[in-house]
Amino acid sequence: MANKHVNVVVIGAGAGGGIVAKELSVAGLSVILFERGKWQTFFDHDNDELISQRSFPLKCAYGPDNERYWRVVQSGIDSWRIAYPNEWPYGNNAACVGGGTLSYGAMAWRFMPEDFTLRSTYGHVEGSTIEDWPLTYEDLEPYYERAEYEIGVSGDEGSNVFGPPRKKPFPMPAFSLNKEGEILEKAALSLGYHPFPIPMLRNSVSYGGRPACIRMRTCVGFACPVNAKCGTQNTVLPIALKTGNCELRTESKVSEILLDDTGRARGIKYFDKNDKQQTQTSDIVVLCCSATETARLLLNSKSKLFPNGAGNSNGWVGHNLQDHTYCGAEGLFEDEVYDDVGPGACIAIKDFVHNNPGIIGGAMLANEFIRMPYLYANDRPPGAPSWGIEHKQFQKNYFKKNISVKGPVQEMPVFENMVEIDPKVKDYWGIPVLRVSGYRHENNFIAGRYVAEKAETWLKKAGAKVTWQTIPGQYAGASQHQAGTCRMGNDPKTSVTNRYGQLHEVDNIFVADGSLHVTNGGFNPALTIMALAYWVSDYINDQWKGSKFK
Amino acid sequence: MKIARYNRRNFVKLSLTGMGSILLLPRCAQPQSKWRFFSDNEAKTIEAITEQIIPADEDAGAKEANVINFIDKQLVGYYKNHQEIYRKAVVGVNETSTIMFNKEFIQLTWEAQTSVLKTLESGEAPGDTWKIISSSGFFNLIRDHSMQGFYGSPRHGGNKNYVSYKMLNLDYPYYLGRNKYNLNT
Repeated sequence: MANKHVNVVVIGAGAGGGIVAKELSVAGLSVILFERGKWQTFFDHDNDELISQRSFPLKCAYGPDNERYWRVVQSGIDSWRIAYPNEWPYGNNAACVGGGTLSYGAMAWRFMPEDFTLRSTYGHVEGSTIEDWPLTYEDLEPYYERAEYEIGVSGDEGSNVFGPPRKKPFPMPAFSLNKEGEILEKAALSLGYHPFPIPMLRNSVSYGGRPACIRMRTCVGFACPVNAKCGTQNTVLPIALKTGNCELRTESKVSEILLDDTGRARGIKYFDKNDKQQTQTSDIVVLCCSATETARLLLNSKSKLFPNGAGNSNGWVGHNLQDHTYCGAEGLFEDEVYDDVGPGACIAIKDFVHNNPGIIGGAMLANEFIRMPYLYANDRPPGAPSWGIEHKQFQKNYFKKNISVKGPVQEMPVFENMVEIDPKVKDYWGIPVLRVSGYRHENNFIAGRYVAEKAETWLKKAGAKVTWQTIPGQYAGASQHQAGTCRMGNDPKTSVTNRYGQLHEVDNIFVADGSLHVTNGGFNPALTIMALAYWVSDYINDQWKGSKFK
Repeated sequence: MKIARYNRRNFVKLSLTGMGSILLLPRCAQPQSKWRFFSDNEAKTIEAITEQIIPADEDAGAKEANVINFIDKQLVGYYKNHQEIYRKAVVGVNETSTIMFNKEFIQLTWEAQTSVLKTLESGEAPGDTWKIISSSGFFNLIRDHSMQGFYGSPRHGGNKNYVSYKMLNLDYPYYLGRNKYNLNT
């Protein structure tokens, strides 16, 4: 039996898709939200470090699973290998209702005005496709505010001198600092830095009918047992479902967008929970599958008009893949700095995001989330033994005497950093998989070393006896902050969508996730993805009123 | 103290999974072994290696944490793809031990065992086995698995009685942040 035609198919129930489904269904459009994963809770997995979304040697509790998903990744110059979701090079994002927002660390950053005008701020950078966004911070400000109020953010506006400008205060007060936060605050102030509590998509007081955070050690990488972490699954999605206009179809893997001879989308093909292939027609298709999987879906949707994939005549889909080059420093202290007040990360500075002399970009710097014992067993200063009695004693001595400060260094977009369809390898359903490749731009390391040095200075001032810097390797990544593969822009020759996430070439296909990011800021991107989802939704609702899509 | 964590539904699910894994046990497993994958002799060698990686001092080491049980359990579960390398590597470790010290690994002194493992780690261990598989590759694998078994959740078969959490002076077991409150007052 054929599925009933609907107005909108939204693919991916994560940060973007949950919001789009809610906005459109509340406006009266009929929506089916497709999600490859299922509903999950803390109680399905417990606080089990070996299967968390942060360290996952056994599996990723919140998906995707190793049995059905894999990718091809670069393992050297011109050499490739298969990578599974529980290996870092795969670059997984949770596959469940809520997507990454069920188990994320939940930092709630607004990008800064300069992040939307990177090209104008810094000029052309050799080897990079650096560009301004087709929208400004001022355009997005009201949408950031909506995300903060509807999903829920705790923060303190007054204490943050670097802005960015905001019209309304945060809906919830900031979290108190834990012990290491207090130590770092004092040190930052005496260095002339401007520390403030990290804004968090997490309840500091009861909000939205859900209780306040209980400050668990196991937060990032895990779902919240008391539902105090704010994701789309416990905020906007329930509203969407309540309208009666939105159906959530879980465990459904979308394989292809159906395109007709006029070059418009007619719906999608998917595999249902019994692996049976089905068709769902719709007036509009909205992709919210993450930067890697949204690009994959477009590239796998070929037609006579689009032999290289939907909306990809200029060959830009999948390119400019960005993440963050996390750089920072670690410090060992004489006394305990650990008080078991989770999630750990609580204090940040924005002194080095922009305006760094002679440096392009930068990053905010924050203390790390609590590292669980297995993860910590792999964190050692350069040259320290990795096993044996010395390794064990280091673990014992320093587990509670170690502070790590890191920042998501803004990456220069590089055209050759990309995802493409592997010509041979297919997944469990027979859908061609992604191949991920590229190298980080040299500037990422220049800015990264600059930021790492500042982090090390901060730790030393805080009293660290031993410090060292942490700088990642050269391969471009596509991890949980993945972005940029369907760049928005005003010029159809050098971008995939217009400023509203609408494909230049297919007016009834939209993108509403990190794929749109022209550049990815020096911040965790979740709140920006959410703000963009509201922005795109408003446009779709406006256009719908004019019956353009019916 | 017992904590009633499993409701009926979860309990039924658990028992079913348990049965499933019994049915999945390889039929060709070595007879009489008390392990799922290893023979008793293999287990002794592997256990001695894990104890070298995380030795006992005033706190428990890998042996007391039952890391061998973690590895054995994962080798018929998540780590099925590592079965072959473990089976071959046990032979290789004994080859190297015999070449270097004229005895099998478990018969060596603590210091001699350490130097065998250092040779493995260097990737230049003598022995025919290491011409086929990389000795440093195997060493890194068992090092990582030992850390998982020692520091990870006991639900996977290691970290018996939360010995590593005890060592780190972390609350255990850890439930819902309630440990922060003294419920007896």
